[in-house]
Amino acid sequence: MPSDRILGLVALMTAVAFLAAATQIQTNFFSGEYLPKLFPIMIGAVAAIASLVIIFKPDPDPDWPRANTFAALGFAVIVLVGYAYALKPLGFLIPTAIAAGLLSYQISPRPGPAAMSGVGLSVGLFVLFKFILGLGLFAFPKGWIG
Amino acid sequence: MEIFSNLALGFGVALSPFTLMLAVAGCFLGTIIGALPGLGPSNGVAILIPITFTLGLDATSALVLMTSVYYGAMYGGRISSILLNIPGDEPALMTTLDGYPMAKAGRAGDALVLSGVASFVGALLATIGLMFLAPTLARVAFFFGPAEYFALYLLAFCTLGGMASNNQAKAALAACIGLGIAMIGVDSSSGLPRMTGGNLHLYDGIDFLVAIVGLFAIAEVFFFIESHGAGSSIGVKLEKVTIPWKDIFDTRWTMVRSSCVGFIAGILPGAGASLGSFLAYMTEKSIAGEKGGFGTGVPKGIAAPEAGNNAAAGGALVPMLTLGVPGSGTTAVLLALLMTLNITPGPTLFTERPEVVWGLIASLLIANFVLLLMNVPMVKIFVKILMVPPWILLPGVTMISFVGIYSLSGSYFDLLLMVGFGALGYFLRKLDVPTVPVILGILLGGNMEDALRRAMTLSDGDVTYLFSSPIAVGLWIAAIAGFVAPMFLRGVLRKPPAITD
Repeated sequence: MPSDRILGLVALMTAVAFLAAATQIQTNFFSGEYLPKLFPIMIGAVAAIASLVIIFKPDPDPDWPRANTFAALGFAVIVLVGYAYALKPLGFLIPTAIAAGLLSYQISPRPGPAAMSGVGLSVGLFVLFKFILGLGLFAFPKGWIG
Repeated sequence: MEIFSNLALGFGVALSPFTLMLAVAGCFLGTIIGALPGLGPSNGVAILIPITFTLGLDATSALVLMTSVYYGAMYGGRISSILLNIPGDEPALMTTLDGYPMAKAGRAGDALVLSGVASFVGALLATIGLMFLAPTLARVAFFFGPAEYFALYLLAFCTLGGMASNNQAKAALAACIGLGIAMIGVDSSSGLPRMTGGNLHLYDGIDFLVAIVGLFAIAEVFFFIESHGAGSSIGVKLEKVTIPWKDIFDTRWTMVRSSCVGFIAGILPGAGASLGSFLAYMTEKSIAGEKGGFGTGVPKGIAAPEAGNNAAAGGALVPMLTLGVPGSGTTAVLLALLMTLNITPGPTLFTERPEVVWGLIASLLIANFVLLLMNVPMVKIFVKILMVPPWILLPGVTMISFVGIYSLSGSYFDLLLMVGFGALGYFLRKLDVPTVPVILGILLGGNMEDALRRAMTLSDGDVTYLFSSPIAVGLWIAAIAGFVAPMFLRGVLRKPPAITD
């Protein structure tokens, strides 16, 4: 019950914010006064109604994972965000090996196989992408190669 | 006969060695994608799109590759249903009901072969149905104006929300999330940004591939971290594989009936393959009655959902090609592929680009025979691949997703968005909010708004114009019925519980 109420509340606030933003959409002579606003306002209205229904008729709660699993999920998100930032400046091999290894460890917590799958995936995928599919990836940071 | 000359054109395109090779590769990849639990068809096709794109394939080749993957995934889903009691994809859920008990009774090989043949019959009949029905529907679609298209898009969201989810409000909310995301970016008529919050990265809008890969592939990783990859080991032994001729012969009418049911379910915009396999199974179960023994591992219980699910996969291509409205999550992803390749599906596709349509249909026929050959004698290879442990598979899928999306734009911002969509997908699925309407919303939002705007411009802002033609009124009624009816039918349409050990 509470999960769905929170979902409904968050969705309702987003819908209201979306509606407010929709009324502020800039228009000009080409688009006419109301056409760019009409559809966003309709979407916002439907979303608001759906959120209210969810708040007042919530479903039973799902099985939420325990706090430490949530921490693991949060850590996975951080790994992926870090990977997104690292991919360009640090080249493909090192960030991929680290990120894949960490994810593997999180799914099955055994350090040895996790490290192996990280390095294996990194090298294997690099060969696949670079030499078989011909994508323009860099193996190492550009500074290393000179 | 027009159809034969068209088919000849299609085979002329599809029978080149390169295209054939793509079809075989696509079938192989697709079967693997379908078989691996946690890597469904929409997911798999979505990851492959950016990679196809960077390979520089032309439109026809890309389409052949991807539809072979699509058909292959529909075949592959049954393998893990039968051997692991885990559906490889959602439509294969019904196959677990009789497939797993039959495998446990020591007839795993028979179950795999029988379901492979049923898949073949379903997909073949559906492809033939597609050949005859699609051109006719394309002719009808010429009468569609903006009012009709707006109603049609609405119908897709309503049937999808009505049939495929447990809670109408949540389905509507999901559609709104998608449509709202589609509004982000520069407005086509005024040239001014909307809903970007001043962020320059958002001026081009959000690429649907980023959203699809995030919502499906990245979210899946989070689910595996939560469960630590439990429950994905093979519990059933697969001994020698022989062909159970008697079972195949006994289930011939079941296959034909289920194919028809599945095909019709597939055509409904938004309903898709899950509904097809469900209806096919339930129909056969009620025909067989109490004595049929459905749920205990009878051949008919395996043939029906597999024929239904593959027929629905073919049927779902009909609205996608003729109207530009996908009939399922995976066809939504295929639609995304078409849009990326600058092909606009719709009635004009059949007259302006016949080589694309008929090349596609011909390659579906070819793919089907390739898949039958792959899935009957070579089924053991796929069973081996199923043994790849999730702690290698899932990180691999993640890295492929990252490289795919990165190769689209070379921007870290898209990667961050993708991770964001992954987290969103995790919470939405936890809270039983369907994610397919989100995808459909992002894909169709622009077109739906265009239809509304043109309708409003033509009628000078008169709302009644939206209901001004019989076709439009019919679509509105169907949309409302499709959304409301499942609320009352939920008791009747309840899915039978899965078999537990």
